[in-house]
Amino acid sequence: MRNEKSRKRPVTRYPLLVSVLLLFTVYCLLSADAHALDIQRSVLENGLTLLVVERHNLPIVKVSVGIKAGSIIEPEEKAGLANLTAELLASGTGRRTSVQISEEADFVGAAIGASGGDDYVTVSLSVLKKDLDLGFDLLSDIILNPSFPEDELNKKRERIKGGLKAQEESPGFVASREFSKAVFGSHPYGRLITGTSDSLDRINRDDIVRFHSAYYAPDNAIMSVVGDITPDEISAMLKEYFSGWNSKSLQTSVPRKYEPVRKRKIITVDKDLSQANIIFGHAGISRDDPDYYAVHVMNFILGGGGFGSRLMQNIREQKGLAYDVHSFFMANKYGGTFQAGVQTKNESANAAIAEILNEIEDIRNSAVSDTELADAKSFLTGSFPLRLETGARIANFLIAVEYYGLGMDYIDRYPDYINRVTKEDVLQMAKKYLDPENFVLVVVADQEKAGLKKDW
Amino acid sequence: MNKYISVILLLYLFISGCAHTVKNVTTEKNGALYEETLPNGLKVFVLKDPNAPLAVFQIWYNAGSIHEQVGKTGLSHLLEHMMFKGTPKYGPKVFSKLISRAGGVDNAGTSRDYVFYHQKLAPDKLYLSIELEADRMRNLLMDPEETLSERDVVMEERRMRYDDDPQSLVYEEVMSTAFRNIPYRWPVIGWMEDLKRITRDDLYAYYKKYYAPNNAMIVVAGNIDAGYVIEKIRAEFGSMPAGGEIRDPDIGEPEQSGERRLYVRKEAELPYVLSSYKAPNISSEDSYALEVLAGVLAGGRSSRTYRSLVDEKRIALSADASYSSLEKYPSLFYLDATALPGKSIEEVEKALYEEVEKIKKEPPDEREVQKAKNRIEAGFIMGQDSLFFQAQVIAMFEMLGGWELKDKYFEGIRRVTPQDVRRVAQKYLVEDKRTVGILVPVKVRSEK
Repeated sequence: MRNEKSRKRPVTRYPLLVSVLLLFTVYCLLSADAHALDIQRSVLENGLTLLVVERHNLPIVKVSVGIKAGSIIEPEEKAGLANLTAELLASGTGRRTSVQISEEADFVGAAIGASGGDDYVTVSLSVLKKDLDLGFDLLSDIILNPSFPEDELNKKRERIKGGLKAQEESPGFVASREFSKAVFGSHPYGRLITGTSDSLDRINRDDIVRFHSAYYAPDNAIMSVVGDITPDEISAMLKEYFSGWNSKSLQTSVPRKYEPVRKRKIITVDKDLSQANIIFGHAGISRDDPDYYAVHVMNFILGGGGFGSRLMQNIREQKGLAYDVHSFFMANKYGGTFQAGVQTKNESANAAIAEILNEIEDIRNSAVSDTELADAKSFLTGSFPLRLETGARIANFLIAVEYYGLGMDYIDRYPDYINRVTKEDVLQMAKKYLDPENFVLVVVADQEKAGLKKDW
Repeated sequence: MNKYISVILLLYLFISGCAHTVKNVTTEKNGALYEETLPNGLKVFVLKDPNAPLAVFQIWYNAGSIHEQVGKTGLSHLLEHMMFKGTPKYGPKVFSKLISRAGGVDNAGTSRDYVFYHQKLAPDKLYLSIELEADRMRNLLMDPEETLSERDVVMEERRMRYDDDPQSLVYEEVMSTAFRNIPYRWPVIGWMEDLKRITRDDLYAYYKKYYAPNNAMIVVAGNIDAGYVIEKIRAEFGSMPAGGEIRDPDIGEPEQSGERRLYVRKEAELPYVLSSYKAPNISSEDSYALEVLAGVLAGGRSSRTYRSLVDEKRIALSADASYSSLEKYPSLFYLDATALPGKSIEEVEKALYEEVEKIKKEPPDEREVQKAKNRIEAGFIMGQDSLFFQAQVIAMFEMLGGWELKDKYFEGIRRVTPQDVRRVAQKYLVEDKRTVGILVPVKVRSEK
């Protein structure tokens, strides 16, 4: 059966957003039981890092290729270049037109494509075992030999611009864009990975060809393969389809680390809406920060832990002010943010903001309870297998483990990272990383009805 | 026949001499499916999949929005929210906390045809799902104040999903215009005016009537001991008395004669069209060809609508066709598209119909039809990677008359010929049976 479209999905009790975000920040929850992943890691002669997990329960194979060619390394005046390059990979190669690529993949029900990102881009393949050859052929063709036809570039640019306009209809998108801009300022994390209408117009085919030739190299990439495939079969596939991928010994400058500048900033966007879409937050931490796990536990209690979290208990369960309220630390390689978000009817905007601030004050001023800490730990350590259920999830997880340098034994060490966090740590983290004074507050709403207090 | 999706009935097993009828049904690759109906009418399916390090528990009630009354729409979904508010045994609002503490996740969903509750847990924690679900099937507290507060939450959910999402508003309007009589005409989340009027007593009466073992079905999947699971389910649910018999409303939709057209004027950026045609559900042989037709029109970037509207004519940001036969009442076949900036929605709508007319004139070629079928099957095989999906497939087909329909469904898809695709396009995608919704963007404010 076909995938049901979102409009036909059942109405659910949890906001999907929360689980997605939770996944993003929690991301690496593993436990060392009998089902721990058996990850085989190797670095090939051309410098490609290869990660393999065999799973023979179903005749399917998932491949993800993470390439360190995300928007973090593109020049500001050409914002959107990294994403555009990734999105154009499947739009024509030396051997195939755009239509041929989609026709060949569609015919066997395979999915192949690339998506941009800020730290890295991901090219992914999902294919039935019987079509493995075709899958690897297509994957190598689009990564190694994209031809970036001029007319495909123009079409793609037009669609990305159209998509940007369409997203203005989403209050959540507008709020998030304004928030990142305000927190990160001129740092690349403050920009949309798609770029803007203006910056897209400044990108030409030569820029894309140069960008691809500079960064799409095996020694700048990580490949994960998960599914019904043996190491021998993988070797054969790589030899057949990726042997022409040569290392480039890149001499690139390391992207600059974000240096937080904290000051209070309130941004309002007036729209004809029934709800105020609110983001409260400020700079956070990067993924390699030693405080990452303690911060993560603290945030779980504050607003990352679904129904058990304090924000949810207060704002949804006790006051009925919102369907969705959550908080998270987005920890990227070169910096991150803390964000608390809520959607509430315009008239309750001030009340919801006040409660977010109350909860932040509270967790900064007094220790969390033993039960709260124990619950956070038991969930975070216990829920790993649930999060890595499918091959696609595992494939993307492996890329992240390698890219962020978490180590192949991360699975085994994770429970300890979490279990060693104490109540004192949680309090310290809240004091250190939550700031009720110097924050960015974005409110996208019918401003007249929201009547936002002037002195937030 | 593809061996990965064929489910073969191997043997019937009678576990004991009592009234439990147990079927042991083995699939070729992924372990065994056990089926049992308890004396009180509760249906149980247990799917053993030794490959997954987890267990999925789902309980499905035939209590979707089709059972609601005019003036009280949204009741089924609000009740779904109330199901997390606690029982005398465990106290208020602890359901999700207990699951989370056990390292599990839980959620629920309501659709027109059903409501379901589900948890994902480590296999050794599955007992928790069984105990908690049995308890809340009959013993909900439903505190009046909690009810009012949760009603506010659902109103916020409605604002978020519909009132502030222009394309969703078009969908809601199209449904309520296309259907004059059957209960698909109102939204699952309910009209705001009705939400304001639902009382605690409305909810409680509905709960007592529909949340009974004979109106429910459990599906458990994962690396579990099926014998233990069935015993535990018998122990927790077996002593509940059956409720009254629940029947789906016996109601039909009057014949539509003439296109219906509506406009939603709303602050938005791009015009959007959603065009829908009356179509049958899985009880009709035509449903298979309609599924394939949707694939030919919009399955992947090589499909007809994408190539024509998005790639060649460059008038649409997105173009789609969709159809699902897995519904209790006859439903709709949808075409929809968002215009690119500066392009007129009339032109976009016309281009969608041109693709339909082409198929009516000339059947798609064999390869195109085979591609659509391959995509349906590959999608299904890939979906099997998720236990949740496996359990859901069993439940959805069972709700429509029997989980074995799954095989019938794939056999039906395989039988479809290019001529069938053309025939169903001619039969169902006709102007007089069409309801068209158009989003007309208006600028209310300018951004500051």
